[in-house]
Amino acid sequence: MEIERHEYDVVVIGAGGAGLRAAIEARQQGKRTAIVCKSLFGKAHTVMAEGGAAAAMGNVNSDDNWMVHFRDTMRGGKFLNNWRMAELHAKEAPDRVWELEAWGALFDRTKDGKISQRNFGGHEYPRLAHVGDRTGLEMIRTLQQRVVALQQEDYETHGDYEAYIKVFQECTVTRLLKQDDRIAGAFGYWRESGAYVLFDAPAVVLATGGIGKSYVVTSNSWEYTGDGHALALLAGAKLINMEFIQFHPTGMVWPPSVRGILVTESVRGDGGVLRNSEGERFMFQYIPEVFKDKYATTEEEGDRWYTDQANNRRPPELLPRDEVARAINAEVKAGRGSPQGGVYLDVSTRLPAEEIKRRLPSMHHQFKELADVDITAEPMQVGPTCHYIMGGVEVDADSGAASVPGLFAAGEVSGGMHGSNRLGGNSLSDLLVFGRRAGAGAAAYVESLAARPRPAQEAVDAARAEAEAPLQRSGENPYEVHQELQRTMNALVGIIRKADEVAEALEVVEKLKERAQLVGAAGSRVYNPGWHLALDLRNMVLVSECVARAALKREESRGGHTRDDFPGMNPEWRRKLLVCSTGDGRSVEVEERVQPSMRDDLITLFDRDELKKYLTDEEMAEFDGISK
Amino acid sequence: MSYKAKFKVWRGEGGEGKLEDFTVEVNEGEVVLDIIHRLQATQAPDLAVRWNCKAGKCGSCSMEINGKPRLGCMTRMSTFQEDETITVTPMRTFPVIKDLVTDVSFNYQKAREVPSFTPPEGVRPGEYRMQQVDVERSQEFRKCIECFMCNNVCHVIRDHEENKPAFSGPRFLMRIAELDMHPYDVADRKESAQQDHGLGYCNITKCCTEVCPEHIKITDNALIPMKERVVDRKYDPLVWLGNKIFKRSSK
Amino acid sequence: MTQTTPDAPVRRQRAQVKVRTLRTDRWWLTPLVTFLGLSSFLVYGVWAIIDTSNFVEPYIAPFASPCLSTSAVCDGARLFGWAPIGDWYALPPGLLILGLPGGFRLTCYYYRKSYYRSFWLSPAACSVQEPHGKYTGETRFPLIVQNIHRYFFYFALVIGAILTYDAILALVHKPLGLGSYILLANAVLILGYTLGCHSCRHITAGRLNHFSRHPLRYRAWTLVSKLNAKHQQWAWASMFSVMGADLYVRLVAKGIIAFPFA
Repeated sequence: MEIERHEYDVVVIGAGGAGLRAAIEARQQGKRTAIVCKSLFGKAHTVMAEGGAAAAMGNVNSDDNWMVHFRDTMRGGKFLNNWRMAELHAKEAPDRVWELEAWGALFDRTKDGKISQRNFGGHEYPRLAHVGDRTGLEMIRTLQQRVVALQQEDYETHGDYEAYIKVFQECTVTRLLKQDDRIAGAFGYWRESGAYVLFDAPAVVLATGGIGKSYVVTSNSWEYTGDGHALALLAGAKLINMEFIQFHPTGMVWPPSVRGILVTESVRGDGGVLRNSEGERFMFQYIPEVFKDKYATTEEEGDRWYTDQANNRRPPELLPRDEVARAINAEVKAGRGSPQGGVYLDVSTRLPAEEIKRRLPSMHHQFKELADVDITAEPMQVGPTCHYIMGGVEVDADSGAASVPGLFAAGEVSGGMHGSNRLGGNSLSDLLVFGRRAGAGAAAYVESLAARPRPAQEAVDAARAEAEAPLQRSGENPYEVHQELQRTMNALVGIIRKADEVAEALEVVEKLKERAQLVGAAGSRVYNPGWHLALDLRNMVLVSECVARAALKREESRGGHTRDDFPGMNPEWRRKLLVCSTGDGRSVEVEERVQPSMRDDLITLFDRDELKKYLTDEEMAEFDGISK
Repeated sequence: MSYKAKFKVWRGEGGEGKLEDFTVEVNEGEVVLDIIHRLQATQAPDLAVRWNCKAGKCGSCSMEINGKPRLGCMTRMSTFQEDETITVTPMRTFPVIKDLVTDVSFNYQKAREVPSFTPPEGVRPGEYRMQQVDVERSQEFRKCIECFMCNNVCHVIRDHEENKPAFSGPRFLMRIAELDMHPYDVADRKESAQQDHGLGYCNITKCCTEVCPEHIKITDNALIPMKERVVDRKYDPLVWLGNKIFKRSSK
Repeated sequence: MTQTTPDAPVRRQRAQVKVRTLRTDRWWLTPLVTFLGLSSFLVYGVWAIIDTSNFVEPYIAPFASPCLSTSAVCDGARLFGWAPIGDWYALPPGLLILGLPGGFRLTCYYYRKSYYRSFWLSPAACSVQEPHGKYTGETRFPLIVQNIHRYFFYFALVIGAILTYDAILALVHKPLGLGSYILLANAVLILGYTLGCHSCRHITAGRLNHFSRHPLRYRAWTLVSKLNAKHQQWAWASMFSVMGADLYVRLVAKGIIAFPFA
């Protein structure tokens, strides 16, 4: 079978917010651009984002500006962020949002006709541009329609819609191809027909999103198999911060139709209590020493708090997220979990049905509509849910360039911007700011090339053989390997981590690596999901190993990485980034690297008292030197 | 709690195919897409189905369940009797690729034929000022998740393949309405709605509205108002006279 | 297309499903009921035109109002005693005016839906294949004429006003008559149906792109939109009320209904 070949200047992998914004930029800079995506055009996971896009436009509170946003972002990431990225993000987000409006986006408005902005956790001022609770959809649709607008322009001038920008939808890239040490193209297959396709391109922008599908309980869609992370690793690039994954303590674990959907914390604030399979309200056993005087020690007192907050201490269900998660985790591991590995969050026996409907209308509606679960009549089964990975490809902040020449990354697949924890609303603006920068970076890189690298034929043959293999084998069902990987990561490298558990996970991953090599996919090559999964397994296993290795190495708790055996934040670790790479494409090495110090004009934006909590004494002395 | 359900799933490639029988476990609280996934994992690993978010937000898993266009992820098993045989087929209006996956490129082609948002010259990003009441109508249409079930159910093309070149379907007529009602759009879309996109084919039988998972009132809020805007332009001499006298544009 | 896809050998065909529909519910019920309902209205309408007992002091049968001739067929039922047609006209009075409300309903967006579905089966129900080989919808004659709905709306407003006037007149003359209230209820339903019409919604403010610059028209639009959301219900209610009111007046006129407060 002949392999279909296409020649482009820039190939963007992924058609979510970052990918589309990158592609638009590359095309606007005159580069012939391909967008390659696994789903249909316009279905990317970005549509799931509800809250909004954080941008310090100051429409609602004019005191807001980029410096405040920058501070909030660094604080949220526990000062582990790539500060240059956080700076660029805070400065450029407003322009990116306004640009969307000029492309047809219709955000909710303020009274004076500007873009309305809402409050969100961690943001000092109302900052999130939004459209009801479907901001991500608005963004995707706007960018999608912008791509179409550019195609219409090209049709006017060249008579061909696809002269300069073309979408290859339902097409999966399995390998990046290089000549010497430079990117020369990408190899993939059409999901629809199973035919192979080769992109001959000097620059590739990765915008593939996250890795959630390595976990059982996740709010992510099937596409989130860590493709970009793995492609970058295999091409010789490096991943940073892979240990930092955002989990939500209470996501639905059952029934399957709502698995992964988040249950807001206000359910607990409004009287919801957590119980184990024995019916015990277990949170009372898990109040840490430091919180002992702030939380109720008896159920009676906790219950009184809901009506009289002045004279009672709050119930322990309202402990910080990681404490709740730790408790749930411990109960499930002690065998007191629900049959599906969660605990019970019960509001039905606590409040009258009418009251629940009044206080939690959208929760009630969502579960009723999606799963016929009536939260006014029965308890919910909840557990920690994988939501977002802060880690990803290490890139240059200004251009999105990875360490491999010709490789760029933006969005969730890139690392650094969010440090150890991402603020709500910062991901949509991240996509726009760094999507554009990566697109521009790729265009500039192509411009600077003297000669176009060409993919080596041997590499193409190898990629093809690798993709073909599962179809030729009659091996294990890939679904089984996938499920075991998910179970392992969920149980052992989840929201709360311990050295011995992570080590155990690594052993399992090692075995799964072998098994993933042997899975077979029955059936034809036409739209064969078994085959697709078999190919995605390589990426998921590789990325899971990165997460586990980095999680084992970082001996502190910070943001999205909680070590039971190292509960506190350690300033020494703040300056260290864990960098994953692979030499042979099979095993992952992790090394420590020192994060460069913040620029003087940026670090002086913070109060000394605040910095003291994060910085080492040595760094504080330096700071005192600057601020004098 | 769990029971064995009888399913008939259309399986085949490129048009050729038939309904295949399955008996499959169903648990409490599951939706049809869960059952399709269970079939994939246990009985038919190569059963093709599109899906993404599994929360009714992306519009990928459009299919026909007992003959009705539905999102697989939003159709609860509890809406069926336990002894009922559930028939699942691909969308009928579009060519089938395999099993439940259809070639929906018709829709992307039509999307490209709708002239894009055209703001007036000289308004720079950041200078847009719009009142909430002025954007609300278009916002409703922008809730569309592009599941294409409205285009699938519309008899104009569902029952008459030959109308496809002349008719853009509810989805894209609604897109035209969305732009026509946009406070900053200056393009004239009324003529082309009628001439190029086949607004006249619509006989307002409202199936698009009936199947819309986002509950957008496509017919009442987009198609009929658009028809009325065309009437303004082409069939109403009073409006024509008024415009002549008061020199108002109809935008 | 926004993308190219390779052409595999067998493809680009719809899934071959040989039946007209795979629906398992009673999808035929709604079109059947609609068919019967609309047919009964047509049958009644024809009878009401022929029937001459259209007036009994102070009630005028809605199907015969306004009466535009001086001939005996609508003696006493004239609007302001005004008879522009003169006395040569001896045919049923309904023939002169029923075309207007009839045309309004015939071209109404809701009725179009209901008879396209129930009479023409195009389609009978969603995802049920229609029986016709060709379909051009409202793109050409005769159905393109549906676009004149707005003119009928203007006339329907006048008719609605006249029916209201009739009802008020009846109420003034016979405040204790059941018929007065029947006519009044009918007038309210007719107005609700007429003002909730899609054309009305468009005229009030639907045609504008900046509601904020026309607050009064926007307010009117909001009200009309509320009525419009229930246009189907108004359509049926007013259809039965006008039939009921008309029949009631005729039965009183014929002396079939003859209790004191009739």
